[in-house]
Amino acid sequence: MSDTHNGQGHSHARRTFEVRVLRQDDPESPSYWERHRLDYEPDMNVTSVLQRIAAQAETVDGVHVAPVSYDSNCLEEVCGACTMIINGRVRQACSALVDRLLEDRPGEIELQPMSKFPVIRDLAVRRRRLFRALEKVKAWLPVDNYYNMGPGPRQSPEQQEQAYPLYECMSCGCCLDACPQYSHVEVVRAEGETDEQFKTRENATFDQYFIGAHAISQVVFYNMNPTGQNNAGERLDAMTEPGGIQVCGNAQNCVAVCPKSIPLTTSIGRAGRAATKRMFTKWFDK
Amino acid sequence: MAKQRVMIVGGGLAGLAAAMKLAELEIPVDLMSLTPVKRSHSVCAQGGINSVNAVTRQQGDSEWLHLDDTVYGGDFLQHQPPVKEMTEWGPKIIDLMDRLGVPFNRTAEGFRDQRRFGGTLFKRTAFSGATTGQQLLYALDDQVRRWTVEGRIKIYEAWDFLGPILDADGVCRGAIGQDLVSMEIRAFPAAAVIIASGGCGLIYGRSTMSMACTGSAASRAFQAGARYGNPEFIQVHPTAIPGADKLRLMSESARGEGGRVWVPRKPQDPRPPREIPENERYYFLEERYPTYGNLVPRDIATREIFSVCTEDGLSVDKDRLAVYLDLTHIPRATLDIKLGGILHIYEKFQGVDPREVPMKIFPAVHYSMGGLWVDYEKNAAGGLTMGSPRNQRTNVPQLYAIGECDYQYHGANRLGANSLLSCIFSGLVVAPSVANVIKTAKPAEESLLKSAVAEKQAEHDQMLRRPTGGENPYLIHQELGNVMTKSCTVVRHNNVLREAIDKVNELGERSKRCSLSDSGNWNNQNVMFTKALRDMFPLAKAILLGALARDECRGAHFKPEFAMPGLTATDPAELRREAEAWVDRFDANTNKWLKSTIASCDKQGEVSLSYEDVDTTLIKPRPRLYGLVGAGMIEEVWKARQAAKSSSEGNGSAAKSAPQPAVAH
Repeated sequence: MSDTHNGQGHSHARRTFEVRVLRQDDPESPSYWERHRLDYEPDMNVTSVLQRIAAQAETVDGVHVAPVSYDSNCLEEVCGACTMIINGRVRQACSALVDRLLEDRPGEIELQPMSKFPVIRDLAVRRRRLFRALEKVKAWLPVDNYYNMGPGPRQSPEQQEQAYPLYECMSCGCCLDACPQYSHVEVVRAEGETDEQFKTRENATFDQYFIGAHAISQVVFYNMNPTGQNNAGERLDAMTEPGGIQVCGNAQNCVAVCPKSIPLTTSIGRAGRAATKRMFTKWFDK
Repeated sequence: MAKQRVMIVGGGLAGLAAAMKLAELEIPVDLMSLTPVKRSHSVCAQGGINSVNAVTRQQGDSEWLHLDDTVYGGDFLQHQPPVKEMTEWGPKIIDLMDRLGVPFNRTAEGFRDQRRFGGTLFKRTAFSGATTGQQLLYALDDQVRRWTVEGRIKIYEAWDFLGPILDADGVCRGAIGQDLVSMEIRAFPAAAVIIASGGCGLIYGRSTMSMACTGSAASRAFQAGARYGNPEFIQVHPTAIPGADKLRLMSESARGEGGRVWVPRKPQDPRPPREIPENERYYFLEERYPTYGNLVPRDIATREIFSVCTEDGLSVDKDRLAVYLDLTHIPRATLDIKLGGILHIYEKFQGVDPREVPMKIFPAVHYSMGGLWVDYEKNAAGGLTMGSPRNQRTNVPQLYAIGECDYQYHGANRLGANSLLSCIFSGLVVAPSVANVIKTAKPAEESLLKSAVAEKQAEHDQMLRRPTGGENPYLIHQELGNVMTKSCTVVRHNNVLREAIDKVNELGERSKRCSLSDSGNWNNQNVMFTKALRDMFPLAKAILLGALARDECRGAHFKPEFAMPGLTATDPAELRREAEAWVDRFDANTNKWLKSTIASCDKQGEVSLSYEDVDTTLIKPRPRLYGLVGAGMIEEVWKARQAAKSSSEGNGSAAKSAPQPAVAH
C-alpha cells in the first residue's frame, strides 16, 4: 500500500483483476482452465488483455506458459475474427471493454472458445463451415464479366437502406453459436487424405447440417438485388435443401447476439415466405 | 501440360480483384492469406472511393483533374502515367463494383450518391454508409467464392508467406508458405507471384492498421532482392480514436459530411464542449485554410492538429492530446444514414454518443505510401500499355506487387478515398500482365522447390530450438513502436532520426535473441509473431534512412529545419522579392529532391539507398500552397516564370498545365 505517488495523499492498492481462460492445446487434447492476473489499466479491452497475457507468459501460480491462441485482425469490430465467449456471452474480444466486464462481474473475466466450431487451439476455432454455407446458397451475383458494361441497375434509397445492413454481416458466427439448431460438427481428417479429398468430404458433411441465420440473410440480400433476382430461385432452392431454412426453430437468439444488429429474424421471415411461394409455384408449374 | 498457376499473397481488395480477373481469364490461381480473406484489413476503409462522375463532370471535373488533384496532393512524387490510367478507370471501376452488388448510398432519384473528400473541391467520393471498404471487399470476396466453387481459385487461409522462390537467374518461380495451424512449410510453384499484402503500420506499434499489417510479406520480398520505394512516406491520419491496443480510424468522411475540427480558445476549457459559445471556439483548419477548410489534404490537417496541441498548448485535455471533431450540428437521421458505421465504432469503444457530444480525436499512423518498387509501360496517350508484363512488376522477374504494398500511386501523400481505387485498379491491371507472362514461363524445377522448403524449415526449427536468449518479442515490438512513433511520424528531426537508427539496430539485434514461450509445432502464434517482428527491422531501417537522407519537406515527410515558411513582408515590392526568393528556393529544391527513394536490402539485412527520377511529363510540378501566407504572390511569380519559360521554349510544348479532355478507352 505504498502507492502514493499521485501526490493526493490518498493511497490505493495496485488494482488487478483475474482472467480465467479455457485452454486446449490441440483438437485432440482435453480442455483445462488457466488463471492469469493482470494489472488494471484504463481503456482496456479483451484484445489488450490477451496481448498482456502473451507478453507476461506466466499464470497466477507463476508457471511459464505459451501465449493463448486466438484470432484477431481489425480490432474495431468490422472483421469478425476475434469472436469468443466472454463472461458467458458470444461476442468480439475487441469491443468487449474491461471496465464494463468488471462492472458486471467484479474482479474476474472468463474467456472460452466459441462452442459450435472445432477448437484449433485455446480460443482459436475453425469456422470454415460458416463460409461453406455461403457457397451452398450461391451468395454472389452471377455477372457476365468484369469488363466495363456501365453501372448496375438504379435503386431507390429505400432499397439501399434495406440492403446495406444485411451486407454489414462480417461472418463472425455469433448468430450460429447462440442458435439451438446449429450443432457442433467436427470432421476429422483421415490418415493419408489429401487437402482436396478432405475438403470434399467435409463439405458434404457440413451440407447436411443447418446453414444458419447469416447465410439465409445473404440469400435475402442477393435476392433483393435487381440482378440477383434473375437467379433468386436457385438460391431459394439451395436454401431449402437438407440443413436449410426449415431447420430454424425460431428461437430468435441470432438477432439478440448479432453485434451489428442485423435484422436476422426479419430476413428469416422474408426468406421463409419466398421459399414457400416458390414451392407452390413449382407445384402448379408441374 | 496443366496450365501454370499464379500465386497471390494477400486477400484484401487488391488481391481479390486480381484473383477474380485472373479467374475470368481462365488462369488458375492460388491465394494465400493470414486470415480468412473476408477479414482482411480492407474492411477498415470507411469513407469511400473516388472517381469523376456525371455530376462533377458537368461542374468542370474530369479524369485529368482527378489526376491533377492526386499528384498535387501527393506533392508530385509519383510517376504520372499509372495515376492517369487509374483516374481514367475510376468511373468504370465504380460501375463494376455497383454491378457486383455493392450497396452504394443512393440519391432520391436512385443514382449513386457522392460526397466530398480531402484535397479536392468536387464531390467525387462514392460510398456505402461509412463501411465502404468492407462492402467493396465483400462483393469481391463473393465473386472469388464463386470461382472457388468452380475450381479456378484455390484459397489457402491461415497461411503465412515466408518468401519468394528465386532460381539461379534471380527469376521468381513460386512462393514458400507456412500453415499457421499445422506449421507445415510448403513450396507453391507459380509462373508469377503477386504480393498484395497491404501496409506495414505495425512497425509503429499501434496504428489504425489491422494485426495482419506487419509488412512482413513485403519485407520478405525486399530481403530477397525486391527494391522498396519511398519507404519514409508514411501517412499519419488526422483523426483517430486513441486506444490501448489500437488507434481506431475516424474517417475523413466525418469531415466530408460537414464535421468541424476545433479546440476551445481558452486552453483546457473545463466546460462541456457544447456549452462553449461559438466565439470562444477556434476552428483552426477553417481559419487557416479558408478554401479547403476541414478538408485540406491529410498531411496538412495532421500537422495542424498536432501543432495546435503541442505548440499552441490547446489540447482539449490536460493529460492527453486531442482536439474536438464535432458533428453535433448535423441532424441525427443524416448522420445515421451516412456515417452510422463509424459513429457506432466511436460509441462502442468510447461509450459516448458522437451525435450528442463532440468526439475527441488525434492523429495516428495510417497508410504506407511507399512500398515495393514496381514498373509500368507507358503508352502513347501517357497512360499504361495494357497487358504489358512490366505493369506492377518488381525488379525481380515474375514477382509482382499491387495494392498498398506497392509504391506506385500516392507519392508523398495519399488523398482520402484514393486507396480503395488504387487497390482495385492495380489488382485488375496486373491480371492481363501476368496472363501474358505465364504464356512463356518455365515450370519450376522440383529440386529448387525442395531446397527452398528445406532452407525455411531449417530456420524455423532453429528458432524453436534456440536456447533462451531472454528477450521478449512482444516487449521488443512495443519498444520498436515507441521509437518509430517518436522519431518518424508527423515531425522529423535529423538528430532524432540518427538516434532512432541506432536504437532500431540494437532492437533488431535483440530480436534475434528472443526466447519463445511456445516451442510447440501446432498453431504456434508465438513463433509466427517473432518471425514477423524480425522482418519489421529491414523495413523500419529503410523508413528511417529514407527520412534521414531526405532533407526537405514533401507531403507527409516534414522536417521543420527545411520547411519553406510563408512570406512576411507587407510592402508590395518587398513581398514580390520574397516571393521571387521563395520560388528560387522551390526550384532548387525540386531539382535536388523531386526523386523517389529506392531502398535495397543485402543478404545481411543491411539497407542502402539510391534515387529514381519521377515521370512528371503530364503535369509539371508546382508548389503546394494550401494555406501558405503570401500564396497569392508566390503563385503570381510562379505563373509569370512559367509563361516566360514556355515562350522561350517556342511553341509551349512543355508540360500541359491546363485541364485536358481525358482520353476515352
